[in-house]
Amino acid sequence: MNIFVCVKQVPDTETKVVPSADKTYIETKQVKWVMNPYDEFAVEQALLIKGKDASANITVVRVGSVQASAEALRTAMAMGADDAVLVESPDNLDSFMMAKALKGSIEKAGKSIDLVLCGKQAVDDDCSQVPQILAQMLSLPSVSVVSSFEWQGNDLTLKREIEGGSIEVYSVKTPCVVSVTKGLNQPRYASLPGIMKAKKKPLAQYPLSAVGVSEADRKIKYSNVSLPPDKPKGKKFDAMDEKNIQQVVSEVAQLLRNEAKVI
Amino acid sequence: MAKILVFTEHSNGHIKNVTLEILGRLSSHQVDVCAVGDLGSDSEKKLAEYGALNIHIIKGSHLEKYSPEGYADSLKKLVEAQGYDFVFSGSTSMGKDLMPRLSSMFCAGMVSEVVNFSFEGEHFKGIRPMFAGKCLSQVEFLGTKPHFVTVRPNALGMSDPTNKGAGKKNDIAAVACEIKAIIKEMVKSKSDKPDLTEANIIVSAGRGLKSKDNFAIINELADVLGATIGASRALVDAGEAPHSMQVGQTGKVVSPSLYIACGISGAIQHLAGMRTSKIIVAINTDPQAPIFEKADYGIVGDLFKVVPQLTQELKKIL
Repeated sequence: MNIFVCVKQVPDTETKVVPSADKTYIETKQVKWVMNPYDEFAVEQALLIKGKDASANITVVRVGSVQASAEALRTAMAMGADDAVLVESPDNLDSFMMAKALKGSIEKAGKSIDLVLCGKQAVDDDCSQVPQILAQMLSLPSVSVVSSFEWQGNDLTLKREIEGGSIEVYSVKTPCVVSVTKGLNQPRYASLPGIMKAKKKPLAQYPLSAVGVSEADRKIKYSNVSLPPDKPKGKKFDAMDEKNIQQVVSEVAQLLRNEAKVI
Repeated sequence: MAKILVFTEHSNGHIKNVTLEILGRLSSHQVDVCAVGDLGSDSEKKLAEYGALNIHIIKGSHLEKYSPEGYADSLKKLVEAQGYDFVFSGSTSMGKDLMPRLSSMFCAGMVSEVVNFSFEGEHFKGIRPMFAGKCLSQVEFLGTKPHFVTVRPNALGMSDPTNKGAGKKNDIAAVACEIKAIIKEMVKSKSDKPDLTEANIIVSAGRGLKSKDNFAIINELADVLGATIGASRALVDAGEAPHSMQVGQTGKVVSPSLYIACGISGAIQHLAGMRTSKIIVAINTDPQAPIFEKADYGIVGDLFKVVPQLTQELKKIL
């Protein structure tokens, strides 16, 4: 079974975002890069499958800028993935370019596709488009935002939570594309021997042009990236002293009704 | 003038408010609506009141349950046949799943989850959050039409109906297509409350709640307000609440009219997920907690004492 896991490097969620000077993206010089949190669940799912089927091969694929300090692909290989493909590109590709580049990267590996796993969205541009576009480009079915994954041979049973906590239970056969969300599993930490081994695992690197993607593929133009306007300072009440609580809650309830008009 | 189609999902004919929000914003355009399966006369009437000229109802035995492949295939044929320039949908679970596949069928662009948009002639300009709302960006399309847009629920707001849509119903028999990912079962939620992403009022609990055993006081406050309950990442990661309740950058991004944060300090990734709430109330013992920077009404106090009294107070006035 050939499993491909698409990972992205994104700014850590604790990052304070600053728009870039040309306002088309954010300032990335001071950013701490991490593997997109949702992609960790995708890597772990692939490892769980390999845990039961030792013949499974896991290829991790990443399209993005190259940072010496962090490499999500090495992390994934330290966790247990077998090999990796890195396509060097700017960090502001749109979803169509990203999906096309991932398709090209997967094809570069030269293996038949049984399963493509992705995080449900990257927490940088938050588009949640790439897995579904990639599935269409590969002419494969897809199930997105999966929080439960069971498999028996090439039959998958996948649960996807929708609005209000209802759950769609999908039945699908491999090959397919699955995007996953938090709650699916508990990603493992890379072990020290794993980290040492990962350094020797194959990592193929290509420029963006080698997977057939150019600026002509760009479908969305971003501009005027800006911070949201600050809210005016609110009212603050001290209710640490129990004697004040009644007075405070009564005042806040009145404000919600008469000033904010939200209840 | 641009030809616009708005896709509306529905459950037994109940359409989502976000469809009407979109139609309201498009009131100066010629807009058609489409749905898969019968909507019923009440919803059709409502769509017409909000400006729908034609209402396409797509039917097919292969479309009785949602399927991204089946829905996208039938919508593609409709968009081609009618020559739509823009296709809008709510940024709902279904919209997020379906629209990227549909846009890819046309090798065309899609913008996700805009919170505002306008047209200059036929040129679309949208505003969308990135980094869970830590920043906003203007988005425009490059390349050929049709163009695809999803809109975040609760962001545009409801406008008054224009009563100028003809609401002409047009039944379409969809041609069957191969569907490989099939919904074999739907597990309905026991909760009758709206989803966090669509809720008008949210009461959220953080680490200050300490344990899931203490949710009763949050539930009581939520019940009085008809609110949906959320949780911070700290509480979810501690195993005290399910991920489906998590508000923040790695959870749900919400914009209710009232957000009550109980025992939440306000980590940057939590603030990113709820900062667009219209009114924020924060209850926390630490007067320096970052959540107070965003709160319209901040109560420095112990949630175990403040929340029950607030519940009693609201019971009196509601």
